[in-house]
Amino acid sequence: MSLEPMPVPRDIPLPLPANPHWLEFLLVVAFVAHILFVNLMVGGSILVLAFEIRGLREPDYDRLARALASTITVNKSLAVVMGVAPLLLINLLYTIHFYTANALTGMAWILLVPTIAVTFLLLYLHQYTWDRFRNLKWAHISILGLAVALFLVIPLVFLANVNLMMFPERWTSVHGFLSALALPNVLPRYLHFLCASLILTSLFGVGYFWRARFPVEQMFHSLTRPRLRRTFYAIAFVVSLAQFIAGPLVLVTIPSKGLAAPVLTAIFTGVFLAIPAVWMIWKELSMEEPDGKRLPMIAGLLALTVLCMASGRHMYRGVALAEHKREMRMATERWAEDSAQAAYEKTLGQERAAHGIGEGQALFQSTCSACHGVDRRIVGPPLTEIARIYAGNPDGIVTWARAPGKKRPDTPQMPAFASLGDPKLRKIADYMLETGAIRQ
Amino acid sequence: MDIPVFHLDVLNDRVLIAIIAVLHVVINHGMAVGGIPLVAYLERRGLATGDEAWDALAFRILTVFFIVTTTVGALTGVGIWFSAALVNPYAMGSLLRVFFWTWFTEWLVFVTEIVLILAYYLTWKKWRGPRKHAHVRLGGALSAASWATMALIVSILSFMMDPGSWHSDKTLFSGMFNPVYLPQLAFRTPLAMIMAGAFALAIVAWSEEDASMRARAVRTISSWILVWMLPCAAGGFWYARAVPSAMAANLPIALGTQALQAWSRTALAVLGGACAVIAIVALWGARKPNSTRTWALVVPALLSILLIGAFERVREFVRKPYAIAGYLYSNGLRKDDYPLLQRDGLLARATYTRVRRITEANEVDAGREVFLLACTRCHTVDGVNGIRSVLAAMYGDDRPWDREAIASYVGSMHDLRPFMPPFPGNEREKNALAVYLEHLQLHRETLEGAQSTGVVIEP
Repeated sequence: MSLEPMPVPRDIPLPLPANPHWLEFLLVVAFVAHILFVNLMVGGSILVLAFEIRGLREPDYDRLARALASTITVNKSLAVVMGVAPLLLINLLYTIHFYTANALTGMAWILLVPTIAVTFLLLYLHQYTWDRFRNLKWAHISILGLAVALFLVIPLVFLANVNLMMFPERWTSVHGFLSALALPNVLPRYLHFLCASLILTSLFGVGYFWRARFPVEQMFHSLTRPRLRRTFYAIAFVVSLAQFIAGPLVLVTIPSKGLAAPVLTAIFTGVFLAIPAVWMIWKELSMEEPDGKRLPMIAGLLALTVLCMASGRHMYRGVALAEHKREMRMATERWAEDSAQAAYEKTLGQERAAHGIGEGQALFQSTCSACHGVDRRIVGPPLTEIARIYAGNPDGIVTWARAPGKKRPDTPQMPAFASLGDPKLRKIADYMLETGAIRQ
Repeated sequence: MDIPVFHLDVLNDRVLIAIIAVLHVVINHGMAVGGIPLVAYLERRGLATGDEAWDALAFRILTVFFIVTTTVGALTGVGIWFSAALVNPYAMGSLLRVFFWTWFTEWLVFVTEIVLILAYYLTWKKWRGPRKHAHVRLGGALSAASWATMALIVSILSFMMDPGSWHSDKTLFSGMFNPVYLPQLAFRTPLAMIMAGAFALAIVAWSEEDASMRARAVRTISSWILVWMLPCAAGGFWYARAVPSAMAANLPIALGTQALQAWSRTALAVLGGACAVIAIVALWGARKPNSTRTWALVVPALLSILLIGAFERVREFVRKPYAIAGYLYSNGLRKDDYPLLQRDGLLARATYTRVRRITEANEVDAGREVFLLACTRCHTVDGVNGIRSVLAAMYGDDRPWDREAIASYVGSMHDLRPFMPPFPGNEREKNALAVYLEHLQLHRETLEGAQSTGVVIEP
């Protein structure tokens, strides 16, 4: 590991608006909802591109591409709107960690806004020019190609951020987005995400074209329902196998600091739920005419896998940041105390200046403060106590200080301060009463 | 202090927010909050009169609004968040702790709005005949959802200007129903309707080929604009009265107030002129729609962009020196932390800094760090609102700047220009800052943010 010092910043000193466990639960659920639509949007765009290119030779695939493209209009809007809740929650729960990662990758992070907007505009342009560009097929495909290229870059920025926020020990070694991208674990996670997108979209394809309402017979010449199902199942199956490489790659590259037993339990539960799902995809695929009866089961198992993985990932973050969050909490509390103390000193200084007893404070500091605190006992009684005993009687303090006796059995006798002279002792006494009274 | 400082030294961070935010408000107000009710109204008129041309026109306008709102509109909305959190993470983080449930509710309404607009647009051609009535009702529901998202967010905007009783009781409800909220909402609602009319006029001017339909559409939309002008003026008046009384306590009466007034007067003249032109075009369209020219019908749309841009600028400006009035300064530092920072120094207390202790040898570097921490939320070195040009305007660039004069100015700038926060550091840092600023006269440099230089922790 690097020898860079780990920063311990202070948190925002306002309370969370609700129980953090509830908020974390909301975060996991909202994030899963968001990522599902992101998967469908990214995976869908990739498949539409592939189908449209294949459609150059087999016109049925062009029609298939167009039918699938119409779902992206809805999925991309839902991906954005569903992303707002997890963004809100991660801003709230990991304020400093997330904002630090954002700032360190600032340019790439802010460029997401125009990039995603342009990508969406390209998707609309692509979708609404299908007929107009009938004879300019390559231009039409290029529009989508550009959108897909942008879609392949955009997740990298998000991944670099959510990855970087978990590793405060790396913050001082990062210089810009590219170096955040170079941290281990980002690219494997990216691969994992892309595979998930393709698997989800192809299973969505099985279901979408399986519906009795979908006019397969009217729309296609050679593509039949069983053939469509086979096509989508085949993609899901092949990519699932790739996922069994990408997944372990994530696990071995992720820093071990967050890999506690519950995290591993959640992840492996997810893996064991995915295995029968992939096996069922294979069973469907090996039928001459897949009937799609296993689809609900496959979808159910994979939904559980996704929930397990999302929980595992969240728990990893919790474990990885637990120690750092504890240190930050302490730093935040220390800061609050120091800040209150400084504010107090300032008001006290102002009041003293207004009352012209600044000299009393100075004398008190140099002569008395070694034994007398303002509101806590050091050796002798604090000012708060002195102010109670001598309220309205500063001369009583002067008399005592000239020749103190022994009052308290548990403290040593106070030395005499007659040498200071009565005027100075009186100034100290005034300061003591004033300060002690303010603090009570 | 506790988060690496993102900084754009040419563009200025605030310009970044302004571009994204104004674009968003233009789209949100003109094409969603005001736009959807206008489309729904035109669709209803088509149903009531049985004239298909109204329906076709409404759909054409909606197509533009749909494409723009679901791409640039949606993304700039998230973009305000991204940019504000980058530029002033402390303000954003604090607002989130207070307003989480408002934002969360707004999100639920936002989801509803998106689902409804997808349904409204994608079923337009399918829900025909007897289902048309249901489609018109869908438009009504969508209008309500669009307005509700704005209504929730406006509570946060007005909170930043005047938190009201939140200062004492710190509850969500007192934060939301702050003194500026309802007046601002009463102003923005009719303003959105007018902007929608302005955009619709432009779309009609460009796209309607049938002369008689064009005239009818121009008359109807012009009347729509005129109808909303009175409520807009009334709301604006109420809002303008709420703002200065709320800000009065925060703005010491000094030279700066006059500067602010002078600025507002110029802005008001521009805004007033723009309003008048929009009213004239609307009157023209309502009275003699046949004689309206294409260019004239595009003018209200352009002016309304200017209008809302200027309005948002003024709104952001009068809030200074605070990001959250009375709580957090626009430099991202809490008012309550000032005594601590002024006692110990910014550099001693900062998480990330290249200089911890100031010596004779490192004064320029120390001053640069102080500038980065205390000044860069509003100033660049040599770009927009660059500190070099500010100093050159004050002291002239033909004779050497004087560090002592600068230091004494930095110490009292809050009193001279109340829209600037007080200097947050200690004496030693104030002097180092002055040395750095003096150094800038002869050394043109740009200051890079953490997004390119990374961060350093000097022990």
